[in-house]
Amino acid sequence: MTGGCGDVLLQVKDLQTHFFTQEGVVKAVDGVVYDVHEGETVALVGESGCGKSVSALSIMRLIPTPPGRIVGGEILFQGRDLLRLPDEEMRQIRGKEIAMIFQEPMTSLNPALTIGRQLTEGLEVHLHMGPREAAERAAELLLLVGIADSKRRLAQYPHQFSGGMRQRVMIAMALSCNPKLVLADEPTTALDVTIQAQILELMRDLSRQFGVAMVIITHNLGVVARYANRVNIMYAGKVIEQGPARTIYTHPRHPYTLGLLRSVPRLDQPKKTKLEPIDGQPPDLAHLPPGCSFRPRCRFAVERCGYEVPPLMPVETEHLSACWMADSLANPRE
Amino acid sequence: MGMAGRETVAGTQERSRNTENILLEVRHLAKYFPVISGVLFQRTVGIIKAVDDISFFIRKGETLGLVGESGSGKTTTGRCILQLERPTGGEVLFDGQDLARLTEADLRRVRRRLQVIFQDPYSSLNPRMTIGQIIGEPLMVHGIVHGKGEYRERIHELLGVVGLNPAMTDRYPHELSGGQRQRVGIARALSLEPTFIVCDEPVSALDVSIQAQIINLLEDLQARFGLTYLFIAHDLSVVRHISDRVAVMYLGKIVEVADRRELYERPLHPYTKALLAAVPIPDPGVEAKRERVILLGEIPSPLNPPSGCVFHPRCPIAVPECSRTVPELKEVSPNHWVACIRAEGYGTQ
Repeated sequence: MTGGCGDVLLQVKDLQTHFFTQEGVVKAVDGVVYDVHEGETVALVGESGCGKSVSALSIMRLIPTPPGRIVGGEILFQGRDLLRLPDEEMRQIRGKEIAMIFQEPMTSLNPALTIGRQLTEGLEVHLHMGPREAAERAAELLLLVGIADSKRRLAQYPHQFSGGMRQRVMIAMALSCNPKLVLADEPTTALDVTIQAQILELMRDLSRQFGVAMVIITHNLGVVARYANRVNIMYAGKVIEQGPARTIYTHPRHPYTLGLLRSVPRLDQPKKTKLEPIDGQPPDLAHLPPGCSFRPRCRFAVERCGYEVPPLMPVETEHLSACWMADSLANPRE
Repeated sequence: MGMAGRETVAGTQERSRNTENILLEVRHLAKYFPVISGVLFQRTVGIIKAVDDISFFIRKGETLGLVGESGSGKTTTGRCILQLERPTGGEVLFDGQDLARLTEADLRRVRRRLQVIFQDPYSSLNPRMTIGQIIGEPLMVHGIVHGKGEYRERIHELLGVVGLNPAMTDRYPHELSGGQRQRVGIARALSLEPTFIVCDEPVSALDVSIQAQIINLLEDLQARFGLTYLFIAHDLSVVRHISDRVAVMYLGKIVEVADRRELYERPLHPYTKALLAAVPIPDPGVEAKRERVILLGEIPSPLNPPSGCVFHPRCPIAVPECSRTVPELKEVSPNHWVACIRAEGYGTQ
């Protein structure tokens, strides 16, 4: 089961985004590799600082420069390398072909403009609609994302919307120009659990309805399990495991993935007497250890892990792991 | 909140518990915030009922989980217990003493025994103080240690208790990771040897791999020092793991209280059921088979709460009666309280 619905839409190849700071070079994204097929939902999973958001911003070419810079790799969108496009052509893609939904809709919406103006701007710029046509389309979009009384709501400002409603507006904006790909960066993290469920279901329904591919960036393993076809687990700027969602959850082949899955309490299983955390602290990207970045926290580490970085290697069909010990993890679920 | 309702809640709880083991009891607690408008001629234009007539108790050595979404009043409840907010009404009985009636001076003496761990270890530690000063400050304020040697020894001991290296004494908060900072917050809370700790979302700002470390630490400390916790959180999986009993809040009201197992296996209130259904399970196989009931609408404004049962506008099983009567919290089976006229067993009491 690949979940890949159609042709390859996006290929991220060995992406490297570094930040040049006083403390040294922070390799926020250091060799990230993944594909997105048309219409499918791919998850980027990892904890804070693993590079998942920076890799999405790199696709949009929204990395603040300086201090950040994309120093290597390719981002092929429908065969074209976005990193080599002139700024003007990139502007045509941003918001039109590829749209983005951010975590905190309050900070990503302009507080001084009405919701209507913010929705129509993209329609006028990208789809060359006139003001009246754009306003009508904006009202339709609000209805589409479940905001009733859309004519009146268009005249309101972001502060007059609740957190869940603002995120609906963000979704409407993202879908307004019929993009092929939506990058959703922690789209429901700031929301309550019942609202989170509403928003995620809405995103899934709309992505199916319009055949939009989605990249969901999250730290929530539950969200991934429900909504993603394929999963990329990230740690310290790298994809360390990649595969179909079911395989990743039932047969993880990287100690970090295994640790993450074991450390969360689950509502559907009997209560454990003790949780099994991952030892140690998250990595400091400015001072990574030599070899595998996860080695200081790893229970399976061997000598080789201390000096040789494990590449992302196939362990089964469509399932890759960046771990020297991946083979010995083949049947670890006691 | 009629008087008749008050008697029933407190009365029911009175009958079915072992009074000797109660450390903390909250009776008819209410906290209203006035909404002020105008700059020069200020006037109250409304009242927000953040906490509206809630009653519950916590036994010695147990953990009561308090769950609810933002705006449900769970944090205000914790702050009212600690008297960081003075309640508008009701009692907070700690070891039989009503904290709500104590003067500030008397409170200071009791406060040693009630401590708090905050959500955000980034904003709750003073960035200009060293870790040693942060943990040691309460020791100085309360005059617990005498002499520099004893002071330093105690700080090192506390760091050890929470799993930090004593060498961290002279470091500053920004040099620590989120998990380490939360350990500092816990060490500070422990410094006065409290019996009761309000844990207000203590792990929700932390990474998944670190959350489990802190939860295990809190459990170890509880066993070691016989602590009693009020564990406030929105993550139902975490609350299930750590709690002995769980209370569910919605818009200033407690809608259900039960033993942990009972609440998760046999939830009675439609809101509790919806909350549990909304939690995604980290297993694609399970999720594919799971039927999902999505709660419609959003939590209403506490400035203008719905009439009758505050949950009725979003409730999938509401009847006309629900918009008229405020349902009392009733014990429908031993140690299982629910406030819903549609709940199984509610009418037969």
